[in-house]
Amino acid sequence: MNSTTTQFVPSRRMGLYEPVHQMSMWGDFRNTLLDSSPPPELMLEVNANLDNQSEDTTSHGTFAASHRNDQEASKPDDKVLRRLAQNREAARKSRLRKKAYVQQLENSKLRLIQLEQELNRVRQQGLCVGGGIDTSQLAYTGNSNPGISAFELEYGHWVEEQNRQISDLKNALHSDMGDTELQIFVDGGMQHYFELFSMKVMAARADVFYIMSGMWKTSAERFFLWIGGFRPSELVKQVLSPHLDALSEQQRLDIVNLTQSCQQAEDALSQGMEKLQFILAQAIADGLLREGNYLPQIGAAMNKLDDLVRFVVQADHLRQETLQQLSRILTTRQAARGLLALGEYLQRLRALSSCWSSRPREQA
Amino acid sequence: MEKIGKVASENGVVIFSKSTCCLCYAVQILFRDLGVQPLVHEIDHDPEGKDIEKALMRMGCSGPVPAVYIGGKLVGSTNEVMSLHLSGSLVQLLRPYQQTNLSSHD
Repeated sequence: MNSTTTQFVPSRRMGLYEPVHQMSMWGDFRNTLLDSSPPPELMLEVNANLDNQSEDTTSHGTFAASHRNDQEASKPDDKVLRRLAQNREAARKSRLRKKAYVQQLENSKLRLIQLEQELNRVRQQGLCVGGGIDTSQLAYTGNSNPGISAFELEYGHWVEEQNRQISDLKNALHSDMGDTELQIFVDGGMQHYFELFSMKVMAARADVFYIMSGMWKTSAERFFLWIGGFRPSELVKQVLSPHLDALSEQQRLDIVNLTQSCQQAEDALSQGMEKLQFILAQAIADGLLREGNYLPQIGAAMNKLDDLVRFVVQADHLRQETLQQLSRILTTRQAARGLLALGEYLQRLRALSSCWSSRPREQA
Repeated sequence: MEKIGKVASENGVVIFSKSTCCLCYAVQILFRDLGVQPLVHEIDHDPEGKDIEKALMRMGCSGPVPAVYIGGKLVGSTNEVMSLHLSGSLVQLLRPYQQTNLSSHD
């Protein structure tokens, strides 16, 4: 039996459509999916069914009638038979199309569920990393980079230890502890910062963009970000200098010089970073609107990112050197007060971040 | 390596660099800020560049660039330059080679 439309292969030979047909159908359907309106064929099927039924009854009638009027009715019989066959074929095709459409709806539903889950996971991760590092629930990282996951875990411990050291330092300064004993606290405090710099260097090698974005810090801390951390000259000027008392003239001079040298070093690194941004942008923008893929440009950009790691390492080295220079300039007691001031300052920044993120919001 | 020694001894302040190295550029900026015009020797434009690179690494410059020579002696890489500067020693080392006025800073 031949059908007039030759679009589809008879279903006896294969289950549904050939894959090629399925793909093109999906392309058509995807565009209409958002309407979530069924394909026109589906409407036709309904009508076709109705037509079929009426045709069937009429044809039965006609058939019966033609059977009775044997001789004269053979020509109309052929027509009727042909029409019946065509209707059956049309109905069958409709059913197949409907089946395909439903299948595609099911696939889309699954995909939506997947995307929703992914979105929730990413949202949770963002919330956790962005604002919650100072709580000890940092165990959840959800980050797929093991180097970064390890760093986040270690940083959580680092903050806890930092808080302990701050309160120990406070108690030590208020006690009548001698300098030798106090120096142990100072050394411990300095060492603790140096450990953080080591951790950051390893994390920068795992994912330099993570460090550059200050992802492990709270939101207020991130506002002051300079090449993946605090700006050392600002720390000296804003946090330490105003709270160091009983400075000798030499010390005062040394701190002014240190601040100036630090600023010069920072400016040099900042300009180097600008050049790196320029070069990177140039590499990525090379050959836009040209034929072919952009893999060479991505490859070129990837090579430049090694330089970015070097900058992060250099900035942390600058931070470490600044702290070390300070410890050489200051007396034990001054250094202890300086460390305490720094620790409290960072605590306040973290408190600001918490306060900010939990502020009452206007209901929409 | 002779070429390094030659270049270093013939010029007061030398920075061995690569044209694509932005950290080298940062060190140049710092020196300029301190009133010094260093000779920047780009080893990627030097036919003996590969040999220079190997020699610098053997001498402990892990970069291998930037590698800074002052008065013919190897000072080191960016780390050493920064440490010296923060301690105030870099300016003293550069004093014989300062050409321009120091720019003022707040």
